[in-house]
Amino acid sequence: MGKPIWRKLAITLAIIPALGLAACSSTGGRAPEPESNAGGGAVAATDRIKIAVITHAAPGDTFWDILRKGAEEASAKDNVELQYLSDPDGGRQSQLIEQAIDQGVDGIAVTLAKPDAMAGALGKAADAGIPIVSLNAGEARFKDLGAFAHFGSNEQLAGQAAGEKLKEAGIKKPICVIQEQGHVGLEARCAGVKKIVPDTEILYVQGTDMTQVESTATAKLQADKQADAIIGLGAPITMTLLKAKATAKSEVEVASFDMNSQLVEEITKGNVMFTVDQQPWLQGYMAVDALWQNNRGGFTIGGGQATLTGPAVVDKAVAEQITSFAQEGVR
Amino acid sequence: MSSITASPSQKRKSPALDERVGKKSALSILLGRPEIGALVGAIALFVFFAVVAPVFLAPASLATVLYGASTIGIMAVGVSLLMIGGEFDLSTGVAVISSALSASMISWYFGLNVWVGIALALVVSLLIGFINGIILIKTKLPSFIVTLASFLMLTGLNLGLTRAIGGSVSSPSIADIEGFQSAKAVFASSVNIAGIDVKITVFIWIAMVIIASWILLRTKIGNWIFAVGGDEKAARAVGVPVVRTKIGLFMAVGFCGWVLGMHNLFAFDSVQSGEGIGNEFLYIIAAVIGGCLLTGGYGSAIGGAIGAFIFGMANKGIVYAEWNPDWFKFFLGLMLLLATVVNIVVKKRAESSK
Repeated sequence: MGKPIWRKLAITLAIIPALGLAACSSTGGRAPEPESNAGGGAVAATDRIKIAVITHAAPGDTFWDILRKGAEEASAKDNVELQYLSDPDGGRQSQLIEQAIDQGVDGIAVTLAKPDAMAGALGKAADAGIPIVSLNAGEARFKDLGAFAHFGSNEQLAGQAAGEKLKEAGIKKPICVIQEQGHVGLEARCAGVKKIVPDTEILYVQGTDMTQVESTATAKLQADKQADAIIGLGAPITMTLLKAKATAKSEVEVASFDMNSQLVEEITKGNVMFTVDQQPWLQGYMAVDALWQNNRGGFTIGGGQATLTGPAVVDKAVAEQITSFAQEGVR
Repeated sequence: MSSITASPSQKRKSPALDERVGKKSALSILLGRPEIGALVGAIALFVFFAVVAPVFLAPASLATVLYGASTIGIMAVGVSLLMIGGEFDLSTGVAVISSALSASMISWYFGLNVWVGIALALVVSLLIGFINGIILIKTKLPSFIVTLASFLMLTGLNLGLTRAIGGSVSSPSIADIEGFQSAKAVFASSVNIAGIDVKITVFIWIAMVIIASWILLRTKIGNWIFAVGGDEKAARAVGVPVVRTKIGLFMAVGFCGWVLGMHNLFAFDSVQSGEGIGNEFLYIIAAVIGGCLLTGGYGSAIGGAIGAFIFGMANKGIVYAEWNPDWFKFFLGLMLLLATVVNIVVKKRAESSK
C-alpha cells in the first residue's frame, strides 16, 4: 500500500467542498421544510399500544412508502407505537410475525400475499389473543387465517376497471407490462384487463433494472406495430415506458396502475391516459386504525367482508385535484 | 496450455521452427484468442434471430439491441479486467445505483449544480472500489466474501440513506436542477445516425472497450493485470506491484459503475433505491461468456463486450420473435448455456490445433 493513494484521496476530499461553494443551483432541489402536521394535532387519550405492520414489500418500492405513511399517520393520531417490518420472502415474513408475537404486540396487520406461509404464525397469534387484520393482499383468505377485517383493492377488479377505461377509449390491442414474472397480483391485473379487452398481450420485463425495462419495451413496440396501448403496472415502470415510447417513436397510448407524484404530473399533462389507484395510504391507515378501534371498544369494521380501498381510476380531471397530495406522498 | 507434454509433431520439427517463437498463421492467432468462442456464439445467435424474426434486422431494432447490450457491457468492461486480474466483484449491481443515488441526493439536498453531484458520485464510486480493494488486500479474504459483504452493506445504505434524506425510497426528481440538461446530453442522449437514434451509451461502451483493450494488450499495466491474475506470488517475485494493481482494478470497476449510474440517473430523472440487485451476475456472465476464466489470468475486454452483446441479443430477440413470454427465462438460460458451451468447444479445438 503506497502512501500517494491516501494523499491523493485526502487532497481530492479537501477540494470538493470548495467546488460545492461555487456551484449552487438556483433552480430545483430540496424545497424548504414544510411545517410538519404529523403528531401536531390532538392525540387519542387511550393508553399507548403497540402495533406491528408486517408486509411482503420488496425493499425500495415507492408504493410501500405511501402505505407506510398512512400507517404512520394513523399511529400518530391513535397514540400507537408502530413497528413497520417487511420481507418479500414468505418464510421470513412469517418469522417476522412470530417475532412480533414474542414482543407482545397489541395488534398485527399483515399482508397475505402468501397466505399459506402465514397460516402457522397467524395461528400462534390468534392463540396468544392478538387481534389481526390483513391489508393489501389476502381478500379471499383473511377470514380463514383469523383476521377480523381486510383492507385492500381487488386486483382482478382493478384490471377490469382499467380494461373498461381502455375499451371506452377505443383501445383494441394493449400490451400489459409485468415487472415481476410469476407475481400473482400483477398477473391478476393483466388478466382483468384481458377479460375486458381480449387481445391484450403480456410483456415481462426485469423491474429491478430500468435500462432493461426501457430497452425491452422499446423492442416490443418496434416489433408489434398493431399494439395501440401499453400499460405499466407500477408508477416508476410507467414512467420508463414513456421513455421507451419516445425511443421507439411509437404512437401508443400509455396507461398505468398505482401512483406517484411524477405519474400524476404526466396524467395532468395528458401523456398518460389514466392510472388505477388502490389507495395504499388508506390501506395502511385503516389497518392501524381498525386495530386501535378494536382495542378501544372491541369494534370490528367491514361486517366480516373485505373493505375495498380501490380501484379508484385517476384520469386527467381527478389528477388535477390531487396533485398536491401526490407531492406530499399520500396519494 | 500443453507446453509440458511435447506433441509428436513438435519432435519432428527442427529447433529453428520452435512453435513458441515461430510465426503463427493469422487463422491460428485468431483461433487462439479468448473471445473466439463467444464470437462464434454471437454470430450463430445473430443469424438465428435474423431468420426467426426479420424485424430483428431493422436498423432501429439493432439500435435497441445495442442499447440493451451497452448497459450490461459498460460494466462488463471493468468486471472483465477484474476477472483477468483474478478477483471478482459481487457489489457491482448495487454500486451502480449507489453512484446514481449519490449524485442525485447530493445535488438535490444541497441544491447544487448537477455536475457537482456527478463529480462527488465519481469520488464515491472510486472510494467503493478502493475500500473493496484495500479490505481484500489487508484481510487476505477471498473477493467473493469481501464484495458479498459490500454488496449487502451498499444495499442497506442505498435504502436507508435515501429514505432518511429524501423521505422516500426513490430519489427525488432532479430534472429541474441546473446542469441537468448538459449532463443528460453527456450520459443519456441519443445520436442520430442515418435517421436511426442510437443511445450514447453504445458509443461510451465501445470507447471503453477500446481503451481497456489497449491497456490490456499494449501497456505495462496490462501485463501486470495478467500477471497478478495468473500467479500472484510469481508476479510479486518479478516486481509487479500486486497491491496497487488489484486496488486499481477495483477502482476501475467503480469507475464503470459511475458511468452506468450516471446514465441511469439522467435517463430516468430519479432512481429507485432497490434497483440493481442481481445485475452483478449479468456482468459476470457477460465476462465469462466472453472467455474470461473464473480463476483469472486469461480473458479479454472485447470478450466481455461480445458476452454483453450475446445477452442483449438473447434478451431482446425473444421479444422480437414474439415467443410465449412464459418461457422467456428458460430460453434465456438455454441460450446462455449454449453460448458458453460453444465457447468452450471452440477454445479447446483452437488450443489442440496449435
